[in-house]
Amino acid sequence: MWQIAIILAIYLPLVILAGHYLFRVTMNENTWLDPVFDKIDGIIYRVSGIKQVDMTGKQYVFTLILSNAFMVFIGYLLLRIQSALFLNPNGIDNMEATLSFNTIISFMTNTNLQHYSGESGLSYMSQMLIIIFMMFTSAATGYAACMAFCRRLVAKTDTLGNFFVDLVRIITRVLMPISFVVAIILVAQGSPQTFSANKTVETIEGKMQDIALGPVASLESIKHIGTNGGGFYGANSTTPFENPTVFSNIIEILSMMLLPGACVVAFSLMVAHRRKKTIFGKQGLAIFTAMGVLFLIGLVTVTVAERAGNPLISNLGITQELGSMEGKEMRFGVEQSALFTAVTTAFTTGSVNNMHDTLTPIGGLVPMFNMMLNVVFGGKGVGLMNMMMYVLLTIFIACLMIGRTPQFLGKKIEEKEMKLIALCILIHPAIILLFSALAVATTAGVAGITNPGAHGLSQVLYEYASSSANNGSGFEGLADNSTFWNVTTGLAMFFGRYVTIILQLAIASLLAKKIWYSDTVGTLKTDNAMFTTLLVAIVLLIGALTFLPALSLGPITEHLKIYYR
Amino acid sequence: MKGFFESSKQALLLTLTMFVICGVIYPFAVTGVAQAFFKYEANGSLIEVDGKDVGSELLGQSFTSPQYFWGRVSAVNYNVYSQEDTMPDENGDTAYGGVSSGTFNYAPSNPELITRIESNIDTFLQDNLGVKREQIPADLMTASGSGLDPHISVNAAFIQVERVAKASGLSVKEVDAIVKANTEDRLFGLFGENTVNVLSANIDIYKKMNAQ
Repeated sequence: MWQIAIILAIYLPLVILAGHYLFRVTMNENTWLDPVFDKIDGIIYRVSGIKQVDMTGKQYVFTLILSNAFMVFIGYLLLRIQSALFLNPNGIDNMEATLSFNTIISFMTNTNLQHYSGESGLSYMSQMLIIIFMMFTSAATGYAACMAFCRRLVAKTDTLGNFFVDLVRIITRVLMPISFVVAIILVAQGSPQTFSANKTVETIEGKMQDIALGPVASLESIKHIGTNGGGFYGANSTTPFENPTVFSNIIEILSMMLLPGACVVAFSLMVAHRRKKTIFGKQGLAIFTAMGVLFLIGLVTVTVAERAGNPLISNLGITQELGSMEGKEMRFGVEQSALFTAVTTAFTTGSVNNMHDTLTPIGGLVPMFNMMLNVVFGGKGVGLMNMMMYVLLTIFIACLMIGRTPQFLGKKIEEKEMKLIALCILIHPAIILLFSALAVATTAGVAGITNPGAHGLSQVLYEYASSSANNGSGFEGLADNSTFWNVTTGLAMFFGRYVTIILQLAIASLLAKKIWYSDTVGTLKTDNAMFTTLLVAIVLLIGALTFLPALSLGPITEHLKIYYR
Repeated sequence: MKGFFESSKQALLLTLTMFVICGVIYPFAVTGVAQAFFKYEANGSLIEVDGKDVGSELLGQSFTSPQYFWGRVSAVNYNVYSQEDTMPDENGDTAYGGVSSGTFNYAPSNPELITRIESNIDTFLQDNLGVKREQIPADLMTASGSGLDPHISVNAAFIQVERVAKASGLSVKEVDAIVKANTEDRLFGLFGENTVNVLSANIDIYKKMNAQ
């Protein structure tokens, strides 16, 4: 337990520091790095012909989707012709059409669900020009949307911020420098970074071993910094080359947690901005605490479940004092694996340092539920926006109960916003449950299931929860490289990402145009412990109401089966 | 309509610029620094014996001879294969299908998991006379996530010492010393687990046997 506590203790000062930096970048305030970055950004603006004019909410969403569309089309084309292009020393073939569709949607939406294996499915060129490129741009897109959202909550106009400028600034000033430093640390720990082909060595037993190399570290760092999660190799961060040591494991965990948490800090500073200088604004702190509580509940549950091990293995008479080790790596052990699992699904990264399909039933329920809620910090930027939906809902419900006008940050929440908020909250469970129902009702869907009994349903639920939450981890046993799975999860990722972003920015635009009222004694306070408690309760309540039936048939049934048979 | 073309132009140009910055300049810059300062790590931490690469310090290998320590169960056999494994059988399938990584992905409730572990326990007990069932740590009988795990737990190494000593002709004391020399402690005594690197331990045995 101590090792987990210490990592979380290191995280807190880091996230506050990163939050302050993020705030300065978002609000165009000076930083000491400006002389360098202003020059670089200037060149990019000039080359791309970007005019730094403010956009309305509508224009912002439109340019966001337009630029994502260009990236998708070019990326898809490259995947289909990768074998003929340069930097392909291992002779990798072109990618099949539905798999390419799935892959490109997956990376553009920051999901990084992988139905291919990197070592056999992508050339080095594709790993760089498509995967690394999209890891940067999709993370920046998510954060740009979040910036636009938060700015509108505290502004009095709907015309502010330019999508292109936000995208560029977040890449050059935040993602790129941190990724570079982390990549070098990972190389020092043992991640390869080379363009030479895979190596075949002769072992001391006289056999041969293939060693897959490549530019691993440069992908590995942005994979976590941008909460992307797609691995260079099929087995993701379990492979020693992606995650060589316990130290690299801690670095990767902190990298995932850094920016989603920092978004909340930055938001708190935006709200508190006009009043006084502060380390962590009260409004943001209330939200951060709610997220933290939900995170800790999950973390403790998965750690305890994995520590307990698998009773069926204990029945075989061998000693299981290290906990459940199937699908885990020896150098991490149960605690580092459990922490990684909780973080990668709460912060919606989707990389794995142990195989989630092999987690104990309750251990597997936690990552699944984290993704179903999709508000426990969440992916870069979008997690905060999802949580804001619940914040607004909580205000609405609380105000109904005490008979006051719902109001947040001086803006009244009315019918039109509430309709969109309700829609936004319902889309995510609808995608997960409807697609899961479709999968278990069709032969093409059932064909992917590889584990018998209740766990088979868990595999399906997990896959769609991961797609819709734009997480990307999987119960990897699922034989998911088929037309059915490629297309349905592709659609789940697409709707989960863009419909949600469009609705959220629409809500922000509506709020931005409203008249600002100052708080009175009658206004519900939204920055105290009472509100945090309410928020956690509402999130859990809605999560439980929507998902409990499905979860009972999957992980909970499996748990009962292995413990009481 | 004019706004649409203007936005499209900017979006397209920015996409192309970012292709160059994120997809080319960034990975090349990282490679440059990595190759300049961390040449050994950046090229896969390969171990040489007698001037030949025999493996990577970070990747496990499958060992079957009794004089070597055995590692964890691997779904991909550590990408280790012999010449015959690459020959297609009558169905055109090959035992070794190219480099990969991963695990069996057996759910904890999957009967095949229990069957696999049970049969591995039986084999292990036959080959390691004197070891009792309850002495076997589960990590040795369970599959790693990557299929490339280079480590086993310290107990998993010690229960193999007797077999290794007998088959290699080294003394138990010598083998014990090799295990100790290849044990990696928890980082700062706290993070992770205590582990033994199977490949580096086996290379020590190989060298000692050849020296005799």
